[in-house]
Amino acid sequence: MDTPKTGEYAHIGKSVVIKGELSGSEDLYVDGQVDGSIELRNNSLIVGPNGIVKANVSAKGVTVQGKLDGKINASDRVEFRKSAVVSGDVVAQRIAIEDGAYFQGKVDIQKEPGKAVAS
Amino acid sequence: MSSVAENVMRFFRGSSDQAAVPAVPQKRMRRSSGMGEISRLLNSEEALYVLDLGSTSANNINFLTAKGHKNYSEDLLRASLDPDLRVKDETGKLIVDSKKFLDENLTYQNGLFDIVLVWNLPDYMEENLVKPMIDRLWSVMKPGGLLLAFFHTRDAGPDSPCYRFHITGTDMLEMQEVRLPEKGTPRLQRVFNNRHIENLFRDFASIKFFLARDAIREVLLVR
Repeated sequence: MDTPKTGEYAHIGKSVVIKGELSGSEDLYVDGQVDGSIELRNNSLIVGPNGIVKANVSAKGVTVQGKLDGKINASDRVEFRKSAVVSGDVVAQRIAIEDGAYFQGKVDIQKEPGKAVAS
Repeated sequence: MSSVAENVMRFFRGSSDQAAVPAVPQKRMRRSSGMGEISRLLNSEEALYVLDLGSTSANNINFLTAKGHKNYSEDLLRASLDPDLRVKDETGKLIVDSKKFLDENLTYQNGLFDIVLVWNLPDYMEENLVKPMIDRLWSVMKPGGLLLAFFHTRDAGPDSPCYRFHITGTDMLEMQEVRLPEKGTPRLQRVFNNRHIENLFRDFASIKFFLARDAIREVLLVR
């Protein structure tokens, strides 16, 4: 996966270490270290190949190429690439795991509630 | 004459091709009677709690969650190879610290799981981990829960491939060779006979054996 263009994602580089609560209303690419929590609600998180995240994550979509230790709550899709090492429970509508990825935890698929049928 | 020359060339070309090692782990299919029994339960009940102790398998996660069940994944074999777990026993031999292993793995509440998929784990784990692991699984299973395990019926040799199992259908499994990063292929540690298996699972309510043609003994246990 190519590194997203800077203009598309807020970027945390591989030498950056953050301890605390991260929140935002734009997509986030983490290739450094985050210790705490990440709250993106309607946006996506990508953990890059050098990323080390020890945090509970709440986002629309989550893609992991590096390491993530924490709960993932995604309103849409979660994706673990082959280099991913993930430990923690996942709640999402969909999950995709590439061959080679390591995952330890619970997966709870929660589909979006269906639309009401017109009478 | 040209056909003889062609056959000679094909022979030499074939030899050099055979020297090449496949770049990807080999896969093959097998029918599983034990998995068939598990599937009957998966299809008849809702929201079961399933623990999969094999290598991470997107197939298995999708198969189980698509049926509405809760899937827990834990690659215990890979976890058991953590060098931080190594200690020396009284003879100075390096073994895995089983207490530390269970402090860090299989840390679930008692009576949680309806189904546990152990696959071929006992054949490949270190000796001193196998019984403690089975005892812990007994604790975290619900009464009446099912456990599926596979055992070799004969010694396939130390270089025989270790497989992980992907559920592809009601009673069909895709076997894929396991190659761990920096550790290569896990080695077959031992071959259990029926008596050993019965002793290993003596706390379980019932045991059923299925013999298959591929020298695998499937064992289905009721907690």
